[in-house]
Formats: sequence, structure tokens, C-alpha cells
Amino acid sequence: MVLSVVALAALAAAPLWGGRDDLQLLSQIYAYIALASLWNLLAGYAGLVSVGQQAYVGLGAYILFAFVILAGMSPLWAIPLAGIIAAFAAVSVAGLVFRLRGHYFAIGTWIIAEVFRLLASQVSVLGGGSGISLPAALVVAIAPSRQWRDFLEYWIALALVVAVLALIVLLLRSRYGLALKAIRDSELAAACSGVDVMRAKVLVYVVTAFATATVGAFIFLQRLRISPDAAFSVNDWTAFVIFITVIGGIGRIEGPIVGTVVFFALRQTLADLGTIYLLMLGAVAIVIMLAAPKGIWGLIVERFGWQVFPLERSVVVKGAPAAKAPGEP
Amino acid sequence: MTDWINVIFQGVLVGGLYAMFAAGLSLIFGVMRLVNIAHGDLIVLAAYLALVTTATLGIGPLVSLLVVVPLMAAIGYALQRLLLNRTLGDDLLPPLLVTFGLSVIIQNALLTVFTADSLKLQAGAIEQATYRLFDGVYVGLLPLLQFVVAVAVIGALQFVFYRTALGRAFRATADNQAVAQLMGLDNRHVFALAMALSLAVVAIAGVFLAIRANFDPSIGPARLIFGFEAVIIGGLGSLWGTLVGGLVLGVAQAIGAHLDPGWQLLAGHIAFLLILAVRPEGLFPRIRT
Repeated sequence: MVLSVVALAALAAAPLWGGRDDLQLLSQIYAYIALASLWNLLAGYAGLVSVGQQAYVGLGAYILFAFVILAGMSPLWAIPLAGIIAAFAAVSVAGLVFRLRGHYFAIGTWIIAEVFRLLASQVSVLGGGSGISLPAALVVAIAPSRQWRDFLEYWIALALVVAVLALIVLLLRSRYGLALKAIRDSELAAACSGVDVMRAKVLVYVVTAFATATVGAFIFLQRLRISPDAAFSVNDWTAFVIFITVIGGIGRIEGPIVGTVVFFALRQTLADLGTIYLLMLGAVAIVIMLAAPKGIWGLIVERFGWQVFPLERSVVVKGAPAAKAPGEP
Repeated sequence: MTDWINVIFQGVLVGGLYAMFAAGLSLIFGVMRLVNIAHGDLIVLAAYLALVTTATLGIGPLVSLLVVVPLMAAIGYALQRLLLNRTLGDDLLPPLLVTFGLSVIIQNALLTVFTADSLKLQAGAIEQATYRLFDGVYVGLLPLLQFVVAVAVIGALQFVFYRTALGRAFRATADNQAVAQLMGLDNRHVFALAMALSLAVVAIAGVFLAIRANFDPSIGPARLIFGFEAVIIGGLGSLWGTLVGGLVLGVAQAIGAHLDPGWQLLAGHIAFLLILAVRPEGLFPRIRT
């Protein structure tokens, strides 16, 4: 606990010790931790394997651009608004894709993302198929100087990832968290125990869409330029995110964090290889899925019993000595 | 009026190709409940194999089927035996993630070897041959051939599935793996044969795709989506339904493209979503999941 607070304080003070490039790299890392944690919530906890989360990254980004370019709104206000609108969109999307199950759900979400991408390229006021840039005047207006803008964007990224992790931990510690794990392990058994399966699934789907769109809006605020292919990229926002989660450890909060660090470490050293790098990443993910399906963090937990976020539940029988939760001293 | 008849007719002919994309997907889902996310990329791989075969052996694309089909079937058997069989089980995550990883690997491997340049197979005089059905409505020999082959492929799969010992093994394993094994079937072998058959169909689809239009390493996922939409529109588990699904998709895209070139793909997706909203079990459902 103390350690996490110290680490968080050190990261929040990064503008004091890091250069502009460091802050940008860290912001990217935070964004990927957030996206991967959200995908992990869907797939690892709720059993909803989606390969179409780029739908919400892109939607959030496009909503931000629409508010800033068409309504002249400050980008800072547009970020949360993007999340809220995307959540409403997710409710109607859920009505369709939840008719598909398992593998078919996965591809159904991908089709939704494709539909969003094709629709975005039809909107000519936002640049159509070739994309558009944010007007410089409105971006400059968010902070008094360029340096403060960098700082501000960095703190937003940090706040987003902390908020996303807190949201996930709170959700999982609530009644819904237990319900979600029950659904993942057996829908039938969960339903028999009185869990409203559909309600829980739709809830987690919509919450994930909200947060994913918020993160997406931030990512493209930092990039300053949007195009349908970049905003709805299946490689950037789903393939990488899935590989990160699988490599780090699916079904554990710590997994996506470890996975993102490994992913960026590999990227910084191997990015020159280009396509070979992607090829290797795919191969590593396959090997981990088959040989160590719980990922790197899963191996660490098995070996050392560490746990950063208190989420494991153990049965306590009244009158008997309480069972020790793993990780407790 | 003839304008629209023409549009719909061309849509139907393209739909045959989509039905072939879908048939292989439908087959392996039916037998082992596996959705192969790399399906589209395997179609593109087949197109590149045809390209290499025609270039090195100096034969036409249609003759190259004699090489590409067995080759893809062998790849399918090996892939299932060595990799995908290890992912099968109650958990749906491993097969999904492994085929997803496979998709990224195939795409980037093709990109490394063949670059991102757009290519096309030349089939010679057959490409230009057209027949006049009646005033204003023409049909190309190649699209017609492609459609006839698609119907023949679906018919052949139907025959294999319901009239042969292999098909009986497929259906038995699909119904109950444990009992099928007790009856002396080797599931690993049966699954590998199903994948081999699926990739044989993929090979035919890939070669026709490569003759009909330009292709590059990145177009696989869209082919997977077309095939998937055809399967859902037609109804799970029905091969003839899959053919109809392909036709519906082809016609919807043709109509969309005729209204506005930017609407071609969107119209296909909208047709799919409409069917999903109104009749989620598809037009001709055979199995319920």
C-alpha cells in the first residue's frame, strides 16, 4: 500500500524529473494500461471476448474532434462527454451483439467497429476518409504555455489510468464482480444462483465502452490528428491490447500492467524490425497462451503468491478459523 | 430497370464467392466449435500461393488449383494437428487468441515476403469473355464460372457431410466427442481432416479472389467478416443457407455500390445487422447454440 502511494507520487512528479519525450512515452504506456485493463475486464472477468473495442476508441476520438471542431468546445470538456455519449451508443450496440454468443460475439463486435469506421469516413465535415487535424488555437488554449500543456496532458493520462484501475477494482469488489466471475465460469450456474446474467453483462459492456471511449478521446487529443483507419485500427487498439493482456496475464488486474511494460520494453528495443516485430509478438502470444495461459503475472503469483490488488475471495466458515487470503502476511 | 437487374445479377455472382469464404468457416465451426479468425488471412495466403505457383510453373491460375488445393489442405491438417487441437476445450479464449495471433503472423509474414503492393492473377482470355443474356444484362464467363464452382463446392460439402463415412465421423464428433472416441474415432485426426477440407475450400476461394480483384496482405480480415456475415445470415449449420447468405450479402453490397461507391461495404454490414435484429437465428437455421 505504502509502496503504491510512493510509486504514484513519483509518477505524478514525473514533469520534475522527465523530459518531454519521457512524458509522452509514459502517457502512451498509461493509455495502453487503461485499454488493456478494460479489455481484461471484459474478456478475463466477464467472459465477453471482444475483438472490436477499437469501435469505442475511435468513437470517443471522433466525438472529441466533433465537439472541438464543430462546436468550438474545449478539448478538456469534450473528453468526458465522449465517454458518456459512447456509453449510450454501447447500449444500443449491446442490443445487437448480445444476440451472438462466444466466438460469434467476438466477430460481431468487429463488424460493429467496421461499421463505425465506414460511417466515420462518410462524415465529410470531419475530413471523410482522409482525416482531419484539431484546430491549433483551441488546443493551445488549454494551458498557458506549451510546457504546461505537456504537463497537463501527462497528468490527464495518469489520472485516467488511475481512475480506470480504481473503477475496475471497485466494480470487481462489488456484488457485480462476484456475479461476473460466476458468469465467466458458468452462465447456467450463475443464472441458477439468481444472477441476472444479461443485466450484468450489458452493464460491464457499457462501463467498458464508456472508459475505452474516454481513453480514446485522450489518445487522439494528444495525437492532434484523426483518420478513420487510425482511429478504428484493429491492430493498434485490439491486437496489441490482446497480446499485452495475454502476455501479462489474463483475468488478473496486474496482468495488463505487467504486459504493457513488457510490450513497451520490446517495442523500444525491437521496433526497427517493423513487420518482424509484429510477427514475433503474435508468436509469443500464441506460445504463452498454450504453455502458460495465466501469463507472466500468473507465473509470479504461483511462485511467490504476490497480489497487488486485494481481489481474491476466500470462503470463511463461521466459527472456524478464517482462511488466509493468498498474499496476506 | 435493366440497370437494376444487372446490379442484382452481378451481386448474386459475387455472392457465390462469399459463400465459398463462408463454407469453410461454417464447416469447422460445425465440427469443432472453432471460429478461425485467421480464415480470411488463409484465403489471402492461398491467393499468394497461387501467384507463386503460376509464376514458377508457368501455368494458368485455374490449373494452379491442382497444386494450391492439396497444399492448403496439407497446411490445414498440420495446423490443426500441431497447434489448434491443443486449444480446444471448454474455454473459448485459447482458440480465439491463437487464431487471432495466427492472423497477425500470416499478415505480417506475407507483408515481409511480398510487400504491401496490390497484385492480381491474370487468367487470360477467359477474363474478357462475356455473354449477353438479354438487352442490357451481360454476364462474364469468369464470374459465372466462379458462381458455378461455388454451388458445386457447397453441393460437394453437403454430400461429404451427409453421405460419406467421413461426414458421419464429422457429425458424430460434433454431437459428442467422448462417445465418438469410444466408437473408435480419433478426434484429433477427425478435426485435422475437417480443417484440411476447410482449407481446401479456402484455396479455391483464394484463387478466384485473386483472379477477380486486386489483393494485398491486409485484406484478409474483411474476407473473414464477409464469410462470417454469410454464415449468420444463412443460419448456423446449414450449408445451403450459407449459399443464400452469401448471395444476400453480395446483392446488398452491389445495391449499395450502385447508389454510392462509398456505401458498398456499409450496405452489406447493414443487411447483416438487420437480419441479426429481426431474425437472429438466420434465414435457414439448422442448429441452435
